[in-house]
Amino acid sequence: MINRISVSDGRITKEVQACAVFGVMDRSGRRFRGGMVINAMKNMRVRGNGLGGGFAVYGIYPEYKDCYALHIMFQDDDPGLKQEVDEFLHRNFDVVNDEEIPTNEEASVEDPPLFWRYFVTPQKKGEDKNLSDDDYVVKKVMYINTCINGAYVFSSGKDMGVFKGVGFPEEIADFFMLDELYKGYIWTAHSRFPTNTPGWWGGAHPFCILDWTVVHNGEISSYGTNRRFLEMYGYYCTLYTDTEVIAYAVDLLMRRQRLPIEVVAKIFAPPMWDQIDRMQENERKFYTTLRMVYAPLLINGPFTVIIAHHGEMIGLTDRIRLRPITAGEKGDMLFVSSEEAAIRAVCSHPDRVWTPHGGEPIIGRLRSN
Amino acid sequence: MAMKSHLLPEFIVERDNERCDSCKVCIKQCPFGVHYYDEEKDRVYSREELCVGCQRCVVYCPKNALKVIPYPKHYRPNDYWNESYIRDIKKQAESGGIILTSCGSARRTKIYWDHILLNASQVTNPSIDPLREPMELRTFLGRKPDALEIDLENMEIKTELHPNLMIEAPILFAGMSYGAISYNAFKSLAMAAKKFGTLFNTGEGGMPKDMREEFKDCTIVQCASGRFGVDPEYLNYSAAIEIKIGQGAKPGIGGHLPGEKVTAEISSTRMIPEGTDALSPAPHHDIYSIEDLSMLIYALKEATNYEKPVCVKIAAVHNVAAIASGMVRAGADIIAIDGFRGGTGATPKIMREHVGIPVELALAAVDQRLREEGIRNKCSVIVGGGIRCAADVVKAIALGADAVYIGTAALIALGCTMCQHCHTGKCAWGICTQDPELSKRLNPKVGAERAYNLLRAWSLEIKDVLGGMGINAIESLRGNRDHLRGIGLEEWELKVLGIKGAGE
Ligand code: SF4
Ligand code: SF4
Repeated sequence: MINRISVSDGRITKEVQACAVFGVMDRSGRRFRGGMVINAMKNMRVRGNGLGGGFAVYGIYPEYKDCYALHIMFQDDDPGLKQEVDEFLHRNFDVVNDEEIPTNEEASVEDPPLFWRYFVTPQKKGEDKNLSDDDYVVKKVMYINTCINGAYVFSSGKDMGVFKGVGFPEEIADFFMLDELYKGYIWTAHSRFPTNTPGWWGGAHPFCILDWTVVHNGEISSYGTNRRFLEMYGYYCTLYTDTEVIAYAVDLLMRRQRLPIEVVAKIFAPPMWDQIDRMQENERKFYTTLRMVYAPLLINGPFTVIIAHHGEMIGLTDRIRLRPITAGEKGDMLFVSSEEAAIRAVCSHPDRVWTPHGGEPIIGRLRSN
Repeated sequence: MAMKSHLLPEFIVERDNERCDSCKVCIKQCPFGVHYYDEEKDRVYSREELCVGCQRCVVYCPKNALKVIPYPKHYRPNDYWNESYIRDIKKQAESGGIILTSCGSARRTKIYWDHILLNASQVTNPSIDPLREPMELRTFLGRKPDALEIDLENMEIKTELHPNLMIEAPILFAGMSYGAISYNAFKSLAMAAKKFGTLFNTGEGGMPKDMREEFKDCTIVQCASGRFGVDPEYLNYSAAIEIKIGQGAKPGIGGHLPGEKVTAEISSTRMIPEGTDALSPAPHHDIYSIEDLSMLIYALKEATNYEKPVCVKIAAVHNVAAIASGMVRAGADIIAIDGFRGGTGATPKIMREHVGIPVELALAAVDQRLREEGIRNKCSVIVGGGIRCAADVVKAIALGADAVYIGTAALIALGCTMCQHCHTGKCAWGICTQDPELSKRLNPKVGAERAYNLLRAWSLEIKDVLGGMGINAIESLRGNRDHLRGIGLEEWELKVLGIKGAGE
């Protein structure tokens, strides 16, 4: 029998938005508080409109290092909803600990939903036994997101978490008390300027699967091509944002196909044929094949994206640099930002500040001791 | 007793006698014998009933003395019993036979291209200026792997790849055989394809020996039900092989090249005796099922050492999506879908006008189906059958095609005026004819230049449209139906096309 995947017929409405992105990493692995990244986002306040802000932080739960940390939002006050999720989680995981995510009642955000975090380890049964832990978690997270109405998993990686919502980034930071409560070695942040959808807490960024997070700015013109290609690999875009498409593409290429970012950057933002045709034989062959095979994952149109997972933070801009990204470094600290001013606002004497070419990734990796 | 014909002329030939100086050029130019010279009156006259409206004499009259215009509606106006039905009935009452015609469907049916509108960027996403920035149309046709295994240190790709064709724009010349078209027309297309960096297709009539070496890298060789001219050398002097199952102008039936057209050259190219009819059976008699197709695909791959992609071409029929899926599973690297407006050198009118479906709908259904089955990147999809302009190409790519075939448009570039008389073998423009006097009217150098210019012009237009959408590589348009909107379409049509209505 032919196995037919359910794919959408192409008639969906995509969200359009503009944004600011910022990321900072201490490559020595030292963990630091969020004040710096919050200030950087304040500096770029005009790039958002208060309809969405969010942060991803790595290294925040060292005491639960081996558990998947699920940050879950409950949209409705309905106690039955949380009970449904609790039961689902207990059926499928060992829930090592769970608690409400602490929030600041005084923060100036409107109608925040309920947030809960669960530290879990997989309890695989039946045919799920063949799945890797990661694939199992993805499957269960997808289930909650698509099948349990009103519950939404913000993040699902180990020793990391996503905090996001409707408001300016500094308001969201205040709400989750990020500066006071958490220390991490990578912080990425996003401020949103949606042009066609009302704010929704789940619609804010970063976007996360496992410990992979993506913050993104831009409007990709290849959205339909990318989305329809990813559907063939079982990724269904439920949020209809460009960020979601990029996040799934990252998951497919980097996690499932194990391609390094150096290659993935050349798939998202490949060199021009003119350039490839002038390369030496083996390089030319390499790039030609890459473009030929991964053509549907070329990300066209303006974008700046910051991708992070444990041990790595990557900044990338589109192939013709329609949305430039600026990088800076000082000692072990690496910054990537929509604007240079934001870097200078939080690091007065950087060793170096530069604007990389389109398709040239800025890669921050943990230094091996 | 001779029967008086009741048929009325289709055209009026108007000669301005003030301008005409009886130079007789028109007499020489017209292969249908319309113009004649009356010595007594020292004037040129015409037999209008013979005129097919090919406009050759109009273009070549040195005095601009001629006008060929459609005959005014002759019968009492009637939407139902219109001219075309009355004429056909009269014709059949006189001949007792099938009505033969050529080219593609001329009947009024919904043209979906004209109900689809394109998008452009404003504010949130910048458009890109094709005069300042590179715009890339390079296209690869063939099977792609799901993933690549890469040895980063040596920048080496370890995955074994299937052969792919590289073309500089997503436009190829469709199969038109030497036999159906003249040697000069055939060669014009080959030369244009080579110069531009795309491919032409031999059609089912084999490849003239003298062209093999020069054009082997830009030739798709066809293997059709008649197997004309197919031998190992033919298969190997090519960039790709196409198995032709059917064509849009006449799905489900074969072909017939009358013996008078089988000249010495055609006989040696097709490998059949001179002067015998070249009959292509309706089906391939070794393909009665999808398993049989698979065997032929692999036989051809064996014969060419798995170095060439194999394409299978079918007519767009009702369950085209399921058939296409079967073809991919049978091993086809490329599938070509020919819509019901596709052209031909000769076809019964009933087939041309009533069999098959529009390629727009067929394409949308096939692309969607292959994605649902997760096999879309296991093949490339080429569509043809009525692609008229660069906008049609853009719409086809956005609906999901990898590239398009152009046949009729290419012939129009060479000189064809769509007179629909190819089947008479008397093409005044030297295209659809084997008459040496007529063929030599088309100089392959000039023909190639015209066909090349057309490819160039369309490419420029495609780049303009892409730039407007904020896209700088054609692959980002492929299957990107977000950039399309329908107008004047019913809900079911929008659904099949997978596009939203304008304003949605
Ligand atoms: S070609 Fe023109 S000028 Fe010459 S005979 Fe014909 S109509 Fe007259
Ligand atoms: S190819 Fe020649 S005969 Fe056929 S339609 Fe065109 S002009 Fe007429």
